[in-house]
Amino acid sequence: MNVVGKRRPRTDSADRVTGRTRFVDDLTFPGMLHAKIVRSPHPHARIVSIDASRALALPGVHAVVTGKDMPVRYGIIPWTHDEYPLALERALYVGDAVAAVAAIDEATATRAARLVDVTWEPLPHVLDPEEALAKDAPKLHDEARHGNVTKHVELVFGDVDASFARADVVAEGEYFFAGSTHAALEPHCAIGVWEPTGVLTVYSTTQVPHYLHRELAHVLSLGADRIRVVQPPLGGAFGGKSEPFDLEFCAAKLAMVTGRPVKILYTREEVFYAHRGRHPMKMHMKLGATRDGRLTGCDARTLIDGGAYASFGLVTTYYSGQLLTAPLALEAYRFQSTRVYTNKPACGPKRGHGSVQPRFAFEVTVDKLAEKLGVDPIDLRRRNLLAPGARTVNELLVRSNGFAECLRRVEEASGWRDKFRKLPFGRGVGVAGSFYISGTNYPIYPNEMPQSGVQLKVDRSGRVTVFAGTSEIGQGSDAMLAVIVCEELGVPAESVRVVTGDTDLGPVDLGAYSSRITMMAGNACLQAARAIADQVRAAVAKRWECAPGDVVLAAGQAMLREDTARQIPIAEAFQWAETDGGTLGAVGSYRSPKDVHGEYRGGTIGASPAYSFTAHVAEVEVDAETGEVKVEHLWIAHDCGRALSPVIVEGQLEGGAYMGFAEAIFEQHDFRPSGLHRGPSLLDYRIPTSLDVPELHALIVESSDPEGPYGAKEAGEGPLHPSIPAIANAIHDAVGIRLDALPFSPSRVLATLQEERRC
Amino acid sequence: MLTMPPFAVVRPRSVDEAVDALAQGGRLVAGGTDLVPNLKRGLLDPKRLVSLRRVAALRGVHTEEGGALVVGAGTTLVDLAADTRVRETWSALARAAEVVASPPIRNVATLGGNVCLDTRCAYYDQTDFWRGALGHCLKTCGDVCHVVPSGKRCVAAFSADTPPVLIAYGATATLVSARGSRTVPVAELYVADGARHLALDPDELLTEVRVPRPGPGARAAYVKVRSRAAIDFPALSIALVLARAGDGAVSDVSVVVGALGAKPRVVDGLAAIAAGRPLDEATIGAIAERARAACHPLGNIDIDADWRRAVLAVQVRRALATLGA
Repeated sequence: MNVVGKRRPRTDSADRVTGRTRFVDDLTFPGMLHAKIVRSPHPHARIVSIDASRALALPGVHAVVTGKDMPVRYGIIPWTHDEYPLALERALYVGDAVAAVAAIDEATATRAARLVDVTWEPLPHVLDPEEALAKDAPKLHDEARHGNVTKHVELVFGDVDASFARADVVAEGEYFFAGSTHAALEPHCAIGVWEPTGVLTVYSTTQVPHYLHRELAHVLSLGADRIRVVQPPLGGAFGGKSEPFDLEFCAAKLAMVTGRPVKILYTREEVFYAHRGRHPMKMHMKLGATRDGRLTGCDARTLIDGGAYASFGLVTTYYSGQLLTAPLALEAYRFQSTRVYTNKPACGPKRGHGSVQPRFAFEVTVDKLAEKLGVDPIDLRRRNLLAPGARTVNELLVRSNGFAECLRRVEEASGWRDKFRKLPFGRGVGVAGSFYISGTNYPIYPNEMPQSGVQLKVDRSGRVTVFAGTSEIGQGSDAMLAVIVCEELGVPAESVRVVTGDTDLGPVDLGAYSSRITMMAGNACLQAARAIADQVRAAVAKRWECAPGDVVLAAGQAMLREDTARQIPIAEAFQWAETDGGTLGAVGSYRSPKDVHGEYRGGTIGASPAYSFTAHVAEVEVDAETGEVKVEHLWIAHDCGRALSPVIVEGQLEGGAYMGFAEAIFEQHDFRPSGLHRGPSLLDYRIPTSLDVPELHALIVESSDPEGPYGAKEAGEGPLHPSIPAIANAIHDAVGIRLDALPFSPSRVLATLQEERRC
Repeated sequence: MLTMPPFAVVRPRSVDEAVDALAQGGRLVAGGTDLVPNLKRGLLDPKRLVSLRRVAALRGVHTEEGGALVVGAGTTLVDLAADTRVRETWSALARAAEVVASPPIRNVATLGGNVCLDTRCAYYDQTDFWRGALGHCLKTCGDVCHVVPSGKRCVAAFSADTPPVLIAYGATATLVSARGSRTVPVAELYVADGARHLALDPDELLTEVRVPRPGPGARAAYVKVRSRAAIDFPALSIALVLARAGDGAVSDVSVVVGALGAKPRVVDGLAAIAAGRPLDEATIGAIAERARAACHPLGNIDIDADWRRAVLAVQVRRALATLGA
């Protein structure tokens, strides 16, 4: 490998840190209007009437749209279309959108939005998921079949009751994972541009241009062939931009109504209302083991607080159970998960969608089990490793598996053997593990077409352009595509252009979610690049009278394998190929293998072409008098199959661990009894500053997956998971308390310590 | 994004010009780090701002012949914290200045702005939409307090870092208006009403703060309790000045605590329990307990009030132990 695995900086880093990157809000168009969305001040209320006359009378106001202008339900999951772009009859949370106003500038639009007179009939609201399940609870969605239940899943694998009967030791707990939000630096923004020819272009901060494209066509009743979605580089997304939002529909509709480009930029407060962040979950987790430390069974019950709309909730409900069956092997497993509507901003996917919460409960329960057994928690995990190439108890096929190596790396790097149970009171270490999907195995809407397509254009100048439908959201997917092209075609990085995030230019890719791009677009790109490489090698071989296999494309040259002094610049080789076969170009596509999961209902959800593995060790210092927890170190060992760009992979490991640490210690996405968010700003919603961050030690493990490009798997989401339980377990090692609820705030830690002392 | 309301700006070049401008109405702005977010959130709607940016006379730090420190109100927090004299002799003030917010904010925020920082409340420092959804409170145009529902007086939290230290050092402030000037103890700049906590008249400009030189053997500390190591306003701010006699006995101790109600609390009754006693565990414990008993954290800050009260005693104890060491 000449390029894959080599350390080099990202090509877009300089632009990002010097302010040259053009984000959606940096775009302006002649005659562009600005729009503001009118939002509900009530957690649940009927819209009696909307009178926009005062707003329309304000000079500079061009148009107002309400729910009646777009009375079409949509939703990211085809089976749960339960949202309108603007609420039609009822608003279901504080911040729900009901109207949008376009005006000559943002200040005028803001003033006008206040002049839209909405007559409300407030209705009883419900914030707690348990209360939402009560028979007499206010019902959010008339069409929901069972009260406020979005989705209920119950799956059983093996004889769970027998597994507990066989267990010598049982550990269990009631856990609570408070919700959290993504807090991407860039707020959501969209611009609608309507051409007189009847073509709509929507520029958006979306991380799923293809799904947005489909939903725009659906809601606006426009042919998809008349719509173009453009997604410029994003300032972070983390799952918070992976479905359509009110602003994209409103910007588009207002552009169509006014004939002028319309921009909508969320305020930070609106980002909190749009949310789609991590679901709060109440979890009961129970694990059994034999005396010699073999896990027998697991029984999990989870109540999921969904907020006002379904979002990805159907998938979340499955993920909350399906993604617990590795890295430790279970003989029997049962989970019951129920997602419930409440009058709060809708929850959705956040980095580690659906599985970060149960992973916290599971890994803390494993730690409790180790304590009861008197076994080192790393050793306990080692006794229960999933065998190589095995299927999990829920029938997921796991081919590459570097978890044992992950454990070894964190154990060694952290000095675990000298620390666990050996540090003075107040200091401790904890371990946890996890696994995650490298792309969901199926698209959101059922179809047999490829999940990723890549088109390569190879120019006689030596330039290669990659056209892909992928979304660069800061994670480095453009760089990943470039690495593959450089590796296969031997062109220097400066000769590669990557064109992504534009539905007019790139073939369909399903989007930047479920950690799927390296696996899927990477394979598609590899296929296309190899097709070109074959043509180029054949053209060179013909002229050198050698076998195509003897030609190597590397370092900007085509060269003879046995005599590398014999070489020509790659551009010349491209010209020979173009001379022989005509214009150079190739397409590649990727479809996931279909034999990697069980055939039962729900067996496809949680299935993936490959799985990443992670282990963390956390080292903490707990101030037993104040309850303050200082996380000193996080060692993060992650099996990403192969690191195509080690610098980017390390960044993902550090970023994921940071985000988990933030949720563990700081973040509180919490609501007042009136349904108001407690503090929808980055001052009140505290994400850690650079001064708060632990030492992060990124340790790359490479197990080389047979399905991944060059063996690569995901690194974007997996590395977050173990942070939280590792910290919880370290706090236990430090001061002997179990924290079964998040966040581990000083007040909770101190209260728990005082509780413990009383006992 | 949140948009600014429209307003006029006047830019005086001297203190005289500034107070003349102020006499005609308007609101002062120095660094703007408190005012601008409040404007964007619709908490204020001044028609006219009087900018102090060009009033060079307000900037600078010097020491008087008697040894007192004089800090111009327009001195930035970064300059104050970096000043060698301040760091050596009034180290708690340097500390308080350097733990405000973040470096970009300290680069423009001024001491005067910090002394006059608006009080803050979990129910007040929110957008117009948010406050409207909840119902307006005593600090805006409403008639209810969301922190103390039966309360008739606003209890928004005093959130500035430097004033508790200035009070503990016994500092005075010079206030100038077109009518003349006066000097008042910093402790008297504040009243216990979060909706109007500054005792300054509307036409008065804070020009400088004078901090006496601590006596020989006096030591001071500032402890800021907050969630994160930067950015956050205090969940508790604790200033301590300790003076000891030649034999090590406590001769004077003052403890001033902010982030409770609308003004800093000067913990009283300390002389009776500490003066003349050795600074041992018992004395330290008694002072800490007295501080705990005297201070009542409220729900005006979204960090558990019971926890803040428990931690107050711990931090006072630790700070005294450090000062005594």
